Amino acid sequence: MESIQALQNEIIEDFSFLPQWEERYAYLIELGQKMEPLIEEYKTEENIVRGCQSTVWLHRECIEGKVHLLADSDSLIVKGLAALLLKVFSGQPAEDVLAADLSFFAETGMDQHLSSQRANGLMAMIEQIKAFAAKCAANEP
Amino acid sequence: MAIDIQKIRSDFPILHSEVNGHPLTYLDNAATTQKPQSVIEAITQYYTTYNSNIHRAAHHLSSLATEAHESGRRTVQRYINAEHEHEIIFTRGTTESINLVAFAFGEAFVNPGDEVIVTQMDHHSNFVPWQMMCERRQAHFRVIPFDENGELQLEVYENLLSEKTRIVAFNHVSNSLGTVNPAKKMIDMAHKVGAAVLVDAAQSVQHIAHDVRALDADFYAFSGHKMYGPTGIGVLYGKERWLDAMPPYQSGGEMIDLVTAEKTTYNKLPFKFEAGTPNIVGPIGLAAAIDYLNTLSFEDIQAHEDQLLAYGRERLLEIEGLRIYGNAKEQSSILAFNIEGIHHYDLGTLLDTQGVAVRTGHHCTQPIMAALGIDGTVRASLALYNSMQDIDALVTAIRKALKMLGR
Repeated sequence: MESIQALQNEIIEDFSFLPQWEERYAYLIELGQKMEPLIEEYKTEENIVRGCQSTVWLHRECIEGKVHLLADSDSLIVKGLAALLLKVFSGQPAEDVLAADLSFFAETGMDQHLSSQRANGLMAMIEQIKAFAAKCAANEP
Repeated sequence: MAIDIQKIRSDFPILHSEVNGHPLTYLDNAATTQKPQSVIEAITQYYTTYNSNIHRAAHHLSSLATEAHESGRRTVQRYINAEHEHEIIFTRGTTESINLVAFAFGEAFVNPGDEVIVTQMDHHSNFVPWQMMCERRQAHFRVIPFDENGELQLEVYENLLSEKTRIVAFNHVSNSLGTVNPAKKMIDMAHKVGAAVLVDAAQSVQHIAHDVRALDADFYAFSGHKMYGPTGIGVLYGKERWLDAMPPYQSGGEMIDLVTAEKTTYNKLPFKFEAGTPNIVGPIGLAAAIDYLNTLSFEDIQAHEDQLLAYGRERLLEIEGLRIYGNAKEQSSILAFNIEGIHHYDLGTLLDTQGVAVRTGHHCTQPIMAALGIDGTVRASLALYNSMQDIDALVTAIRKALKMLGR
Protein backbone atom coordinates (compact mmCIF):
# COMPACT_ATOMS: atom_id res chain seq x y z
CA MET A 1 0.00 0.00 0.00
CA GLU A 2 1.20 3.51 -0.82
CA SER A 3 2.22 5.79 2.01
CA ILE A 4 -0.02 8.52 3.39
CA GLN A 5 2.26 11.13 1.84
CA ALA A 6 2.18 9.45 -1.60
CA LEU A 7 -1.61 9.32 -1.48
CA GLN A 8 -1.75 12.98 -0.49
CA ASN A 9 0.50 13.83 -3.40
CA GLU A 10 -1.94 12.08 -5.73
CA ILE A 11 -4.78 14.25 -4.44
CA ILE A 12 -2.67 17.38 -4.82
CA GLU A 13 -1.94 16.37 -8.41
CA ASP A 14 -5.59 15.58 -9.16
CA PHE A 15 -6.60 19.00 -7.88
CA SER A 16 -3.90 20.73 -9.88
CA PHE A 17 -5.75 19.67 -13.04
CA LEU A 18 -8.88 21.37 -11.71
CA PRO A 19 -8.07 25.06 -11.29
CA GLN A 20 -11.67 26.22 -10.82
CA TRP A 21 -13.49 25.56 -7.57
CA GLU A 22 -16.59 24.64 -9.50
CA GLU A 23 -14.64 21.79 -11.11
CA ARG A 24 -13.24 20.75 -7.75
CA TYR A 25 -16.70 20.53 -6.25
CA ALA A 26 -17.87 18.56 -9.25
CA TYR A 27 -14.95 16.20 -8.56
CA LEU A 28 -15.83 15.92 -4.85
CA ILE A 29 -19.47 15.25 -5.75
CA GLU A 30 -18.33 12.53 -8.13
CA LEU A 31 -16.20 10.96 -5.40
CA GLY A 32 -19.21 11.13 -3.09
CA GLN A 33 -21.48 9.51 -5.64
CA LYS A 34 -18.97 6.71 -6.28
CA MET A 35 -18.39 5.85 -2.64
CA GLU A 36 -20.26 2.76 -1.46
CA PRO A 37 -23.08 3.70 0.90
CA LEU A 38 -22.49 2.59 4.46
CA ILE A 39 -24.50 -0.49 5.46
CA GLU A 40 -27.40 0.37 7.75
CA GLU A 41 -26.02 -1.46 10.79
CA TYR A 42 -23.02 0.88 10.81
CA LYS A 43 -25.24 3.97 10.75
CA THR A 44 -25.35 4.08 14.51
CA GLU A 45 -25.63 7.03 16.84
CA GLU A 46 -22.09 6.20 17.99
CA ASN A 47 -20.70 6.56 14.48
CA ILE A 48 -22.19 10.03 13.91
CA VAL A 49 -19.56 12.78 13.81
CA ARG A 50 -20.87 15.79 15.71
CA GLY A 51 -20.34 19.34 14.60
CA CYS A 52 -21.55 19.13 11.03
CA GLN A 53 -24.51 20.64 9.21
CA SER A 54 -24.88 17.33 7.44
CA THR A 55 -24.99 13.95 9.08
CA VAL A 56 -21.69 12.11 8.80
CA TRP A 57 -21.17 8.51 9.85
CA LEU A 58 -17.65 7.25 10.39
CA HIS A 59 -17.17 3.54 11.01
CA ARG A 60 -13.76 2.65 12.49
CA GLU A 61 -12.00 -0.67 12.88
CA CYS A 62 -8.53 -1.50 14.15
CA ILE A 63 -7.14 -4.68 12.60
CA GLU A 64 -3.60 -5.73 13.39
CA GLY A 65 -2.54 -2.19 14.19
CA LYS A 66 -4.05 -0.76 11.05
CA VAL A 67 -6.89 1.74 10.89
CA HIS A 68 -9.80 0.76 8.64
CA LEU A 69 -12.47 3.32 7.88
CA LEU A 70 -15.86 3.50 6.21
CA ALA A 71 -17.94 6.66 5.93
CA ASP A 72 -21.17 8.08 4.62
CA SER A 73 -23.02 11.39 4.62
CA ASP A 74 -26.33 12.78 3.43
CA SER A 75 -24.36 15.59 1.77
CA LEU A 76 -22.56 14.60 -1.43
CA ILE A 77 -19.83 17.20 -0.98
CA VAL A 78 -19.13 16.07 2.56
CA LYS A 79 -19.17 12.47 1.37
CA GLY A 80 -16.57 13.45 -1.23
CA LEU A 81 -14.42 15.03 1.47
CA ALA A 82 -14.79 11.87 3.55
CA ALA A 83 -13.73 9.84 0.50
CA LEU A 84 -10.47 11.85 0.37
CA LEU A 85 -9.80 11.14 4.04
CA LEU A 86 -10.53 7.44 3.56
CA LYS A 87 -8.22 7.30 0.55
CA VAL A 88 -5.39 8.75 2.60
CA PHE A 89 -5.96 7.03 5.95
CA SER A 90 -7.90 3.79 5.59
CA GLY A 91 -5.70 0.69 5.75
CA GLN A 92 -2.70 2.62 7.09
CA PRO A 93 -0.72 1.68 10.22
CA ALA A 94 -2.18 3.52 13.21
CA GLU A 95 1.18 5.12 14.05
CA ASP A 96 1.39 6.59 10.56
CA VAL A 97 -2.14 8.00 10.81
CA LEU A 98 -1.27 9.58 14.14
CA ALA A 99 1.94 11.11 12.83
CA ALA A 100 0.51 12.25 9.49
CA ASP A 101 0.56 15.90 8.58
CA LEU A 102 -2.39 16.57 6.31
CA SER A 103 -0.53 18.75 3.85
CA PHE A 104 -3.02 18.31 1.03
CA PHE A 105 -5.47 20.80 2.53
CA ALA A 106 -2.95 23.61 2.41
CA GLU A 107 -1.42 22.49 -0.90
CA THR A 108 -4.76 22.43 -2.70
CA GLY A 109 -5.94 25.63 -1.05
CA MET A 110 -8.82 23.68 0.45
CA ASP A 111 -8.06 25.06 3.91
CA GLN A 112 -8.63 28.59 2.62
CA HIS A 113 -11.62 27.79 0.51
CA LEU A 114 -13.58 25.54 2.83
CA SER A 115 -13.88 28.34 5.33
CA SER A 116 -16.93 26.77 6.92
CA GLN A 117 -15.00 23.72 8.01
CA ARG A 118 -17.06 23.65 11.14
CA ALA A 119 -20.15 23.33 8.97
CA ASN A 120 -18.83 20.55 6.76
CA GLY A 121 -17.35 18.71 9.72
CA LEU A 122 -14.05 18.00 8.04
CA MET A 123 -12.04 18.95 11.12
CA ALA A 124 -14.31 16.91 13.34
CA MET A 125 -13.78 13.86 11.09
CA ILE A 126 -9.99 14.27 11.20
CA GLU A 127 -10.05 14.62 14.99
CA GLN A 128 -12.10 11.44 15.30
CA ILE A 129 -9.79 9.51 12.98
CA LYS A 130 -6.70 10.68 14.87
CA ALA A 131 -8.26 9.84 18.24
CA PHE A 132 -9.14 6.38 16.98
CA ALA A 133 -5.63 5.89 15.58
CA ALA A 134 -4.21 6.71 19.02
CA LYS A 135 -6.36 3.99 20.59
CA CYS A 136 -5.52 1.54 17.82
CA ALA A 137 -1.79 2.21 18.19
CA ALA A 138 -2.05 1.65 21.94
CA ASN A 139 -3.89 -1.63 21.32
CA GLU A 140 -6.98 -0.46 23.14
CA PRO A 141 -10.28 -1.95 22.05
CA MET B 1 -42.82 56.66 -5.49
CA ALA B 2 -40.72 53.58 -6.08
CA ILE B 3 -37.21 53.52 -4.67
CA ASP B 4 -34.27 53.97 -7.01
CA ILE B 5 -32.57 50.61 -6.64
CA GLN B 6 -29.49 51.55 -8.69
CA LYS B 7 -28.92 54.62 -6.53
CA ILE B 8 -29.30 52.55 -3.35
CA ARG B 9 -26.92 49.86 -4.60
CA SER B 10 -24.33 52.52 -5.36
CA ASP B 11 -24.46 53.54 -1.67
CA PHE B 12 -23.23 50.10 -0.53
CA PRO B 13 -19.61 49.62 -1.66
CA ILE B 14 -19.41 45.87 -0.94
CA LEU B 15 -22.21 45.11 -3.39
CA HIS B 16 -19.83 45.86 -6.23
CA SER B 17 -17.31 43.21 -5.23
CA GLU B 18 -16.72 39.82 -6.80
CA VAL B 19 -16.83 36.47 -5.04
CA ASN B 20 -15.30 33.37 -6.60
CA GLY B 21 -15.03 35.20 -9.90
CA HIS B 22 -18.70 36.18 -9.97
CA PRO B 23 -20.39 39.46 -9.07
CA LEU B 24 -21.63 39.17 -5.49
CA THR B 25 -25.31 38.32 -5.03
CA TYR B 26 -25.81 38.94 -1.33
CA LEU B 27 -28.86 37.16 0.04
CA ASP B 28 -27.83 36.53 3.64
CA ASN B 29 -29.31 39.69 5.09
CA ALA B 30 -31.11 38.04 7.98
CA ALA B 31 -27.65 37.06 9.27
CA THR B 32 -26.23 40.52 8.74
CA THR B 33 -26.81 43.37 6.30
CA GLN B 34 -24.18 45.31 4.39
CA LYS B 35 -23.37 48.90 5.35
CA PRO B 36 -23.87 52.07 3.33
CA GLN B 37 -20.90 54.37 2.77
CA SER B 38 -22.39 56.91 5.20
CA VAL B 39 -22.19 54.40 8.08
CA ILE B 40 -18.62 53.47 7.20
CA GLU B 41 -17.72 57.17 7.06
CA ALA B 42 -19.38 57.99 10.39
CA ILE B 43 -17.27 55.28 12.06
CA THR B 44 -14.08 56.38 10.32
CA GLN B 45 -14.74 59.99 11.21
CA TYR B 46 -15.18 59.10 14.87
CA TYR B 47 -11.86 57.28 15.02
CA THR B 48 -9.95 59.82 12.96
CA THR B 49 -11.25 63.02 14.52
CA TYR B 50 -12.86 62.65 17.98
CA ASN B 51 -12.16 59.23 19.53
CA SER B 52 -12.41 59.62 23.30
CA ASN B 53 -14.05 58.06 26.33
CA ILE B 54 -17.44 59.45 27.18
CA HIS B 55 -19.52 60.76 30.09
CA ARG B 56 -16.40 61.45 32.17
CA ALA B 57 -13.50 63.53 30.98
CA ALA B 58 -13.60 67.30 30.98
CA HIS B 59 -11.88 67.69 27.64
CA HIS B 60 -13.07 68.74 24.23
CA LEU B 61 -12.88 65.38 22.41
CA SER B 62 -14.76 63.67 25.20
CA SER B 63 -17.63 66.10 24.97
CA LEU B 64 -17.79 65.65 21.18
CA ALA B 65 -17.84 61.86 21.59
CA THR B 66 -20.42 62.02 24.40
CA GLU B 67 -22.68 64.24 22.34
CA ALA B 68 -22.45 61.99 19.27
CA HIS B 69 -23.06 58.85 21.34
CA GLU B 70 -26.06 60.34 23.14
CA SER B 71 -27.38 61.85 19.94
CA GLY B 72 -27.44 58.26 18.65
CA ARG B 73 -29.73 57.37 21.55
CA ARG B 74 -32.14 60.12 20.52
CA THR B 75 -32.04 58.96 16.89
CA VAL B 76 -33.00 55.44 18.01
CA GLN B 77 -35.70 56.86 20.28
CA ARG B 78 -37.29 58.71 17.37
CA TYR B 79 -36.94 55.71 15.02
CA ILE B 80 -38.96 53.43 17.30
CA ASN B 81 -41.08 56.25 18.74
CA ALA B 82 -40.16 55.64 22.38
CA GLU B 83 -41.57 58.11 24.89
CA HIS B 84 -38.29 58.77 26.72
CA GLU B 85 -34.66 58.89 25.69
CA HIS B 86 -33.66 56.97 28.84
CA GLU B 87 -35.84 54.05 27.77
CA ILE B 88 -33.19 53.25 25.15
CA ILE B 89 -30.45 51.01 26.53
CA PHE B 90 -27.45 50.15 24.41
CA THR B 91 -26.32 46.54 24.41
CA ARG B 92 -24.09 44.31 22.27
CA GLY B 93 -27.05 43.09 20.27
CA THR B 94 -30.47 41.46 20.46
CA THR B 95 -29.08 38.49 22.38
CA GLU B 96 -27.70 40.65 25.16
CA SER B 97 -30.89 42.75 25.23
CA ILE B 98 -32.97 39.62 25.80
CA ASN B 99 -30.56 38.19 28.37
CA LEU B 100 -30.71 41.47 30.25
CA VAL B 101 -34.49 41.32 30.52
CA ALA B 102 -34.58 37.58 31.23
CA PHE B 103 -32.19 38.16 34.13
CA ALA B 104 -33.35 41.46 35.60
CA PHE B 105 -37.09 41.04 35.00
CA GLY B 106 -36.81 37.50 36.34
CA GLU B 107 -35.09 38.69 39.50
CA ALA B 108 -37.69 41.38 40.09
CA PHE B 109 -40.94 39.76 39.05
CA VAL B 110 -40.76 36.00 38.49
CA ASN B 111 -41.37 33.68 41.42
CA PRO B 112 -41.74 29.90 41.84
CA GLY B 113 -44.85 28.63 40.06
CA ASP B 114 -45.09 31.64 37.73
CA GLU B 115 -45.19 31.13 33.97
CA VAL B 116 -43.22 32.44 31.00
CA ILE B 117 -44.42 32.02 27.41
CA VAL B 118 -42.30 31.91 24.26
CA THR B 119 -43.01 30.46 20.82
CA GLN B 120 -41.87 27.41 18.90
CA MET B 121 -40.55 29.74 16.18
CA ASP B 122 -38.25 31.82 18.34
CA HIS B 123 -34.53 32.06 17.71
CA HIS B 124 -32.47 30.24 20.34
CA SER B 125 -31.55 33.67 21.71
CA ASN B 126 -35.20 34.34 22.54
CA PHE B 127 -35.77 30.83 23.82
CA VAL B 128 -32.82 29.65 25.91
CA PRO B 129 -32.47 32.79 28.13
CA TRP B 130 -36.12 32.34 29.22
CA GLN B 131 -35.64 28.63 29.75
CA MET B 132 -32.61 29.36 31.96
CA MET B 133 -34.50 32.05 33.85
CA CYS B 134 -37.36 29.62 34.47
CA GLU B 135 -34.91 27.08 35.90
CA ARG B 136 -33.38 29.72 38.12
CA ARG B 137 -36.68 31.13 39.32
CA GLN B 138 -38.51 27.75 39.40
CA ALA B 139 -41.05 29.04 36.93
CA HIS B 140 -42.83 27.11 34.17
CA PHE B 141 -41.69 27.49 30.58
CA ARG B 142 -44.55 27.42 28.03
CA VAL B 143 -44.27 27.29 24.24
CA ILE B 144 -46.84 28.43 21.65
CA PRO B 145 -46.72 26.00 18.68
CA PHE B 146 -47.10 26.99 15.02
CA ASP B 147 -49.31 25.38 12.39
CA GLU B 148 -48.51 23.89 8.96
CA ASN B 149 -48.39 27.35 7.35
CA GLY B 150 -45.95 28.63 9.93
CA GLU B 151 -48.51 30.72 11.83
CA LEU B 152 -48.69 30.75 15.61
CA GLN B 153 -51.67 28.90 17.08
CA LEU B 154 -53.29 31.81 18.85
CA GLU B 155 -56.00 29.66 20.42
CA VAL B 156 -53.25 27.72 22.23
CA TYR B 157 -51.68 31.02 23.26
CA GLU B 158 -55.03 32.19 24.61
CA ASN B 159 -55.25 29.03 26.74
CA LEU B 160 -51.67 29.34 27.99
CA LEU B 161 -52.25 32.88 29.24
CA SER B 162 -53.34 33.18 32.85
CA GLU B 163 -52.86 35.33 35.92
CA LYS B 164 -49.68 33.25 36.47
CA THR B 165 -48.12 34.51 33.23
CA ARG B 166 -45.41 37.04 34.04
CA ILE B 167 -43.92 37.66 30.64
CA VAL B 168 -44.44 36.66 27.00
CA ALA B 169 -41.56 36.79 24.49
CA PHE B 170 -41.85 36.31 20.73
CA ASN B 171 -40.24 37.44 17.51
CA HIS B 172 -42.16 39.90 15.37
CA VAL B 173 -40.70 38.24 12.25
CA SER B 174 -39.35 34.69 12.27
CA ASN B 175 -35.77 34.42 11.02
CA SER B 176 -36.39 30.90 9.70
CA LEU B 177 -39.91 31.12 8.28
CA GLY B 178 -40.43 34.81 7.57
CA THR B 179 -43.78 34.74 9.38
CA VAL B 180 -44.96 38.16 10.54
CA ASN B 181 -46.56 37.50 13.90
CA PRO B 182 -49.63 39.54 14.95
CA ALA B 183 -47.63 41.47 17.52
CA LYS B 184 -50.22 44.04 18.51
CA LYS B 185 -52.90 41.42 19.04
CA MET B 186 -50.54 39.17 21.03
CA ILE B 187 -49.43 42.07 23.21
CA ASP B 188 -53.02 43.09 23.94
CA MET B 189 -53.88 39.50 24.89
CA ALA B 190 -50.93 39.36 27.32
CA HIS B 191 -51.77 42.72 28.85
CA LYS B 192 -55.30 41.52 29.61
CA VAL B 193 -53.84 39.04 32.12
CA GLY B 194 -51.29 41.56 33.39
CA ALA B 195 -48.25 39.98 31.69
CA ALA B 196 -45.42 41.98 30.19
CA VAL B 197 -44.26 41.38 26.59
CA LEU B 198 -40.83 41.37 24.98
CA VAL B 199 -40.77 41.68 21.20
CA ASP B 200 -37.68 40.31 19.47
CA ALA B 201 -37.49 42.79 16.60
CA ALA B 202 -34.16 41.61 15.17
CA GLN B 203 -35.82 40.63 11.88
CA SER B 204 -38.59 43.24 11.82
CA VAL B 205 -37.23 46.64 12.83
CA GLN B 206 -35.60 47.11 9.39
CA HIS B 207 -38.47 45.65 7.35
CA ILE B 208 -41.88 46.42 8.86
CA ALA B 209 -43.60 48.82 11.27
CA HIS B 210 -41.46 49.50 14.36
CA ASP B 211 -43.42 51.88 16.57
CA VAL B 212 -43.10 50.63 20.15
CA ARG B 213 -45.87 52.83 21.45
CA ALA B 214 -48.31 51.81 18.72
CA LEU B 215 -47.50 48.19 19.59
CA ASP B 216 -47.58 48.97 23.31
CA ALA B 217 -44.55 46.65 23.74
CA ASP B 218 -43.05 46.52 27.21
CA PHE B 219 -39.63 45.52 25.86
CA TYR B 220 -38.33 45.67 22.31
CA ALA B 221 -34.94 44.27 21.29
CA PHE B 222 -32.93 44.56 18.09
CA SER B 223 -29.41 44.61 16.61
CA GLY B 224 -27.61 47.34 14.71
CA HIS B 225 -25.84 45.04 12.29
CA LYS B 226 -29.06 43.62 10.83
CA MET B 227 -30.35 47.12 10.00
CA TYR B 228 -27.37 48.42 7.99
CA GLY B 229 -25.47 49.54 11.10
CA PRO B 230 -22.26 48.22 12.66
CA THR B 231 -21.83 44.98 14.60
CA GLY B 232 -21.57 44.94 18.36
CA ILE B 233 -24.33 47.45 19.01
CA GLY B 234 -27.86 46.52 19.95
CA VAL B 235 -30.82 48.16 21.56
CA LEU B 236 -33.13 47.31 24.37
CA TYR B 237 -36.18 49.49 24.66
CA GLY B 238 -38.10 49.09 27.91
CA LYS B 239 -40.96 51.03 29.41
CA GLU B 240 -39.64 53.28 32.13
CA ARG B 241 -41.77 51.76 34.88
CA TRP B 242 -40.40 48.27 34.23
CA LEU B 243 -36.78 49.37 33.86
CA ASP B 244 -37.00 51.42 37.06
CA ALA B 245 -38.23 48.42 39.00
CA MET B 246 -35.58 46.01 37.66
CA PRO B 247 -32.18 45.48 39.31
CA PRO B 248 -28.96 46.06 37.34
CA TYR B 249 -27.80 43.27 35.03
CA GLN B 250 -24.06 43.87 35.22
CA SER B 251 -22.11 46.06 37.60
CA GLY B 252 -19.01 48.22 37.40
CA GLY B 253 -18.28 51.73 36.28
CA GLU B 254 -20.96 54.02 34.85
CA MET B 255 -23.88 52.13 36.43
CA ILE B 256 -23.23 53.45 39.94
CA ASP B 257 -24.29 56.53 41.87
CA LEU B 258 -22.39 56.31 45.19
CA VAL B 259 -20.06 53.48 46.14
CA THR B 260 -19.05 52.77 49.72
CA ALA B 261 -18.04 49.55 51.47
CA GLU B 262 -21.43 49.52 53.19
CA LYS B 263 -23.67 50.11 50.21
CA THR B 264 -23.72 51.10 46.56
CA THR B 265 -26.53 53.05 44.99
CA TYR B 266 -27.20 52.88 41.27
CA ASN B 267 -27.16 55.44 38.52
CA LYS B 268 -30.38 56.54 36.86
CA LEU B 269 -31.72 55.15 33.57
CA PRO B 270 -30.34 54.27 31.09
CA PHE B 271 -26.89 54.12 32.73
CA LYS B 272 -28.06 51.71 35.41
CA PHE B 273 -28.02 49.05 32.69
CA GLU B 274 -24.84 50.19 30.91
CA ALA B 275 -21.95 49.08 33.10
CA GLY B 276 -18.42 49.87 31.95
CA THR B 277 -17.15 51.80 28.96
CA PRO B 278 -19.77 51.21 26.29
CA ASN B 279 -19.35 50.58 22.59
CA ILE B 280 -18.85 54.31 22.02
CA VAL B 281 -18.87 54.31 18.23
CA GLY B 282 -21.72 51.78 17.98
CA PRO B 283 -24.60 54.23 18.44
CA ILE B 284 -22.83 56.70 16.13
CA GLY B 285 -22.77 54.11 13.35
CA LEU B 286 -26.29 52.95 14.15
CA ALA B 287 -27.59 56.52 14.01
CA ALA B 288 -25.93 56.93 10.61
CA ALA B 289 -27.79 53.78 9.45
CA ILE B 290 -31.11 55.15 10.72
CA ASP B 291 -30.37 58.52 9.08
CA TYR B 292 -29.76 56.58 5.87
CA LEU B 293 -33.11 54.78 6.16
CA ASN B 294 -34.76 58.12 6.87
CA THR B 295 -33.60 59.46 3.50
CA LEU B 296 -35.95 56.87 1.97
CA SER B 297 -39.65 56.38 2.50
CA PHE B 298 -40.30 53.37 4.70
CA GLU B 299 -43.48 52.60 2.71
CA ASP B 300 -41.34 52.44 -0.41
CA ILE B 301 -38.84 50.11 1.27
CA GLN B 302 -41.66 47.81 2.35
CA ALA B 303 -43.31 47.87 -1.06
CA HIS B 304 -39.99 47.05 -2.72
CA GLU B 305 -39.21 44.18 -0.34
CA ASP B 306 -42.71 42.75 -0.62
CA GLN B 307 -42.47 42.83 -4.40
CA LEU B 308 -39.08 41.06 -4.25
CA LEU B 309 -40.42 38.45 -1.88
CA ALA B 310 -43.40 37.69 -4.12
CA TYR B 311 -41.16 37.50 -7.17
CA GLY B 312 -38.71 35.26 -5.28
CA ARG B 313 -41.44 32.83 -4.24
CA GLU B 314 -42.81 32.70 -7.77
CA ARG B 315 -39.41 32.06 -9.36
CA LEU B 316 -38.32 29.49 -6.77
CA LEU B 317 -41.54 27.52 -7.09
CA GLU B 318 -40.78 27.06 -10.80
CA ILE B 319 -38.03 24.67 -9.68
CA GLU B 320 -39.18 21.08 -9.58
CA GLY B 321 -39.20 19.49 -6.12
CA LEU B 322 -38.64 22.81 -4.34
CA ARG B 323 -40.56 23.35 -1.15
CA ILE B 324 -40.81 26.70 0.62
CA TYR B 325 -41.06 26.68 4.42
CA GLY B 326 -43.22 29.44 5.81
CA ASN B 327 -46.52 30.14 4.09
CA ALA B 328 -48.15 32.47 6.56
CA LYS B 329 -50.64 35.03 5.29
CA GLU B 330 -48.20 37.77 6.18
CA GLN B 331 -44.55 37.13 5.28
CA SER B 332 -41.43 39.26 5.36
CA SER B 333 -38.01 39.10 3.71
CA ILE B 334 -37.26 35.36 4.12
CA LEU B 335 -37.21 32.64 1.45
CA ALA B 336 -36.45 29.34 3.19
CA PHE B 337 -36.55 26.18 1.13
CA ASN B 338 -35.27 22.70 0.36
CA ILE B 339 -35.18 20.75 -2.87
CA GLU B 340 -36.16 17.10 -2.83
CA GLY B 341 -33.15 14.80 -2.68
CA ILE B 342 -30.65 17.65 -2.30
CA HIS B 343 -28.82 18.43 0.91
CA HIS B 344 -29.01 22.09 1.93
CA TYR B 345 -25.27 22.23 2.60
CA ASP B 346 -24.44 21.00 -0.92
CA LEU B 347 -26.77 23.54 -2.47
CA GLY B 348 -25.48 26.41 -0.31
CA THR B 349 -21.86 25.51 -1.11
CA LEU B 350 -22.48 25.36 -4.85
CA LEU B 351 -24.34 28.69 -4.74
CA ASP B 352 -21.31 30.21 -3.02
CA THR B 353 -19.00 29.09 -5.83
CA GLN B 354 -21.26 31.11 -8.12
CA GLY B 355 -21.08 34.24 -5.99
CA VAL B 356 -24.50 33.78 -4.37
CA ALA B 357 -24.39 34.14 -0.57
CA VAL B 358 -27.16 32.35 1.34
CA ARG B 359 -27.25 30.59 4.67
CA THR B 360 -27.84 26.91 5.24
CA GLY B 361 -28.58 24.89 8.36
CA HIS B 362 -31.01 25.22 11.23
CA HIS B 363 -30.61 29.02 11.59
CA CYS B 364 -30.47 28.79 15.39
CA THR B 365 -34.04 27.56 15.48
CA GLN B 366 -33.81 23.85 16.25
CA PRO B 367 -37.39 23.71 17.63
CA ILE B 368 -38.66 24.84 14.21
CA MET B 369 -36.59 22.23 12.38
CA ALA B 370 -37.81 19.53 14.79
CA ALA B 371 -41.43 20.55 14.18
CA LEU B 372 -40.89 20.43 10.41
CA GLY B 373 -39.01 17.12 10.65
CA ILE B 374 -35.94 18.45 8.81
CA ASP B 375 -32.40 19.27 9.86
CA GLY B 376 -32.04 22.49 7.95
CA THR B 377 -33.00 24.68 5.01
CA VAL B 378 -31.42 26.96 2.47
CA ARG B 379 -32.35 30.51 3.37
CA ALA B 380 -32.22 33.49 1.06
CA SER B 381 -33.02 36.67 2.98
CA LEU B 382 -33.69 40.06 1.47
CA ALA B 383 -32.72 43.64 2.15
CA LEU B 384 -33.70 46.95 0.61
CA TYR B 385 -30.75 46.89 -1.84
CA ASN B 386 -31.68 43.54 -3.38
CA SER B 387 -33.08 43.57 -6.89
CA MET B 388 -35.03 41.32 -9.23
CA GLN B 389 -31.66 40.49 -10.80
CA ASP B 390 -30.51 39.05 -7.47
CA ILE B 391 -33.49 36.69 -7.49
CA ASP B 392 -32.77 35.74 -11.10
CA ALA B 393 -29.11 35.10 -10.20
CA LEU B 394 -30.23 32.88 -7.32
CA VAL B 395 -32.53 30.82 -9.53
CA THR B 396 -29.92 30.47 -12.28
CA ALA B 397 -27.31 29.39 -9.73
CA ILE B 398 -29.71 26.84 -8.20
CA ARG B 399 -30.36 25.32 -11.62
CA LYS B 400 -26.64 24.99 -12.28
CA ALA B 401 -26.04 23.49 -8.81
CA LEU B 402 -28.78 20.93 -9.45
CA LYS B 403 -27.05 19.88 -12.67
CA MET B 404 -23.78 19.46 -10.79
CA LEU B 405 -25.54 17.35 -8.20
CA GLY B 406 -26.91 15.06 -10.90
CA ARG B 407 -30.44 16.45 -11.16
